[in-house]
Amino acid sequence: MNPRQLWVALVTIVVKEVRRFTRIWPQTLLPPSITMTLYFVIFGNLIGSRIGTMDGISYMDYIVPGLIMMSVITNSYSNVASSFFSNKFQRSIEELMVSPLPSWIILLGYIIGGAVRGLGVGIIVTAVAFLFTDLDIHHPFLTIMVVVLTALLFSIGGFINALFARKFDDISIIPTFVLTPLTYLGGVFYSIHMLPEFWQTVSLANPILYMVNTFRYGILGVSDISVGPAMAAIVAFIIGLFAFALWLLERGKGIRS
Amino acid sequence: MSRPALSIRGLTKVYGNGFEALKGIDLDVPEGDFFALLGPNGAGKSTTLGVVSSLVQKTAGKVEIYGIDIDKDFSKAKYHLGVVPQEFNFNQFEKVQDIVMTQAGYYGMPMKEARPRAERLLRDLGLWDKRDTPSRMLSGGMKRRLMIARALIHKPRLLILDEPTAGVDIELRRSMWEFMRRINREEGTTIILTTHYLEEAESLCRNIAIINHGEIVHNTSMRELLKELDAETFLLDIREPLTKAPVIAGFEVSLSDPQQLALAVRKGQSINTAFAALDRAGITVVSMRNRANRLEELFVDLVERSNAESGIASNVAKEITQ
Repeated sequence: MNPRQLWVALVTIVVKEVRRFTRIWPQTLLPPSITMTLYFVIFGNLIGSRIGTMDGISYMDYIVPGLIMMSVITNSYSNVASSFFSNKFQRSIEELMVSPLPSWIILLGYIIGGAVRGLGVGIIVTAVAFLFTDLDIHHPFLTIMVVVLTALLFSIGGFINALFARKFDDISIIPTFVLTPLTYLGGVFYSIHMLPEFWQTVSLANPILYMVNTFRYGILGVSDISVGPAMAAIVAFIIGLFAFALWLLERGKGIRS
Repeated sequence: MSRPALSIRGLTKVYGNGFEALKGIDLDVPEGDFFALLGPNGAGKSTTLGVVSSLVQKTAGKVEIYGIDIDKDFSKAKYHLGVVPQEFNFNQFEKVQDIVMTQAGYYGMPMKEARPRAERLLRDLGLWDKRDTPSRMLSGGMKRRLMIARALIHKPRLLILDEPTAGVDIELRRSMWEFMRRINREEGTTIILTTHYLEEAESLCRNIAIINHGEIVHNTSMRELLKELDAETFLLDIREPLTKAPVIAGFEVSLSDPQQLALAVRKGQSINTAFAALDRAGITVVSMRNRANRLEELFVDLVERSNAESGIASNVAKEITQ
């Protein structure tokens, strides 16, 4: 395929993905905005006003970056996992398989589609946050960079999950038992400096901690960790997981008999 | 034979559980042909077509589509290929036109080129009025036609139709035959058809291969194959009921029910002789039809012969008439 045809194909997959999650917006866009509003009201306003400050920042402001990031992570992941698995389940994935598309375009299309939903929900949650607080973004470029890279990274994760999945339960296991605990323990609601030294060290093994803190640094200018190595780690993960997903796709893992 | 649209050599497929679905088959489908690939369920038809369309990974062998080796440049080979699978495989929540347009996008067709072609195909296949309907709302026949429109959107030179008329009523089936004949004749599209309706294969196809237990047991032109028919069986409805079949010299006659005779007429025999004998015996024939169509009789015979050679009991006759 020539570059123009590849571009048309890539846009087709992305548009199809965006059309899917906007068509079912009550399932995809509405729930996170309601959930996050509740988080802001309960944790930010009601409980947060009694907590006081965290690292010198009001508790409401402190949790905003983490909650935005949590929405981006879960929505990027679940978009690709459910969309790709649903295509496997309905066998409409065969439309792509019989076409001349190279695997990397298929992968890229799904990843961008997932990232668009993750970022879209991130924007909605940010808009909701502005109803409760005024945010002054300290490092706009870094903020955008880290949220986009995180959305891409978890979209790839969702894709790999969908390749391995054989039934619908299989695409909810990782989000429920891995992603949610890691996100809650990744410094969304607290600074790891509050933890005993041992648990601080344990927390450093949590990759989501780096994303949440880098994003928080971009918005608030405070972080528990060094931003440079965190960004490098995110990029390295993206490259590694993209290569793994591509290898699986080329081998027909979960889609070819 | 002109240049093959599809050439298969030594194609083997062994599934993970050790089942050998294809045992080194060879097959050529000439360019512009309307080709039937027939076989009982589980014979290897869909596996063969799955390998050609990249849905199944082959174990060994060589496949070329218009001279392009799929191991060397499958992407280029796929440009020439359109696939209508046996099972519905489109997104049930998407609209008819979106499904066809999305497929065009997968082939890199720009919107302005794809839109008029999609409209023409949907109109030709009687789906234009349903273009904004979610695919799950379509009838079974409409879903089959949607898959044909989708497979043709990028103007493939080789179209694979895996049981395209399964579950479609007779009137619609005949209109689909006409459509397929037209794209074969007017656009020169090579068509490979699998079907359980042998009348369909006999009516549409010029060449035929019969596959059984992963092996090609017969591969010839339809005309040559039909010449091999040794005997045809006719069912004769008679006016007065009988308790036992009459004896007619040189013919095999049996009683299907008290008012129906099964008469086997071998190659070279005249059916007039049998009628004259029946007339002499005072038996009035009120109507007559083939027990099965000619291809069906041959098919059953060939597959049962192949089964006998493999030492496998056959229920093909039962299966094919279900």
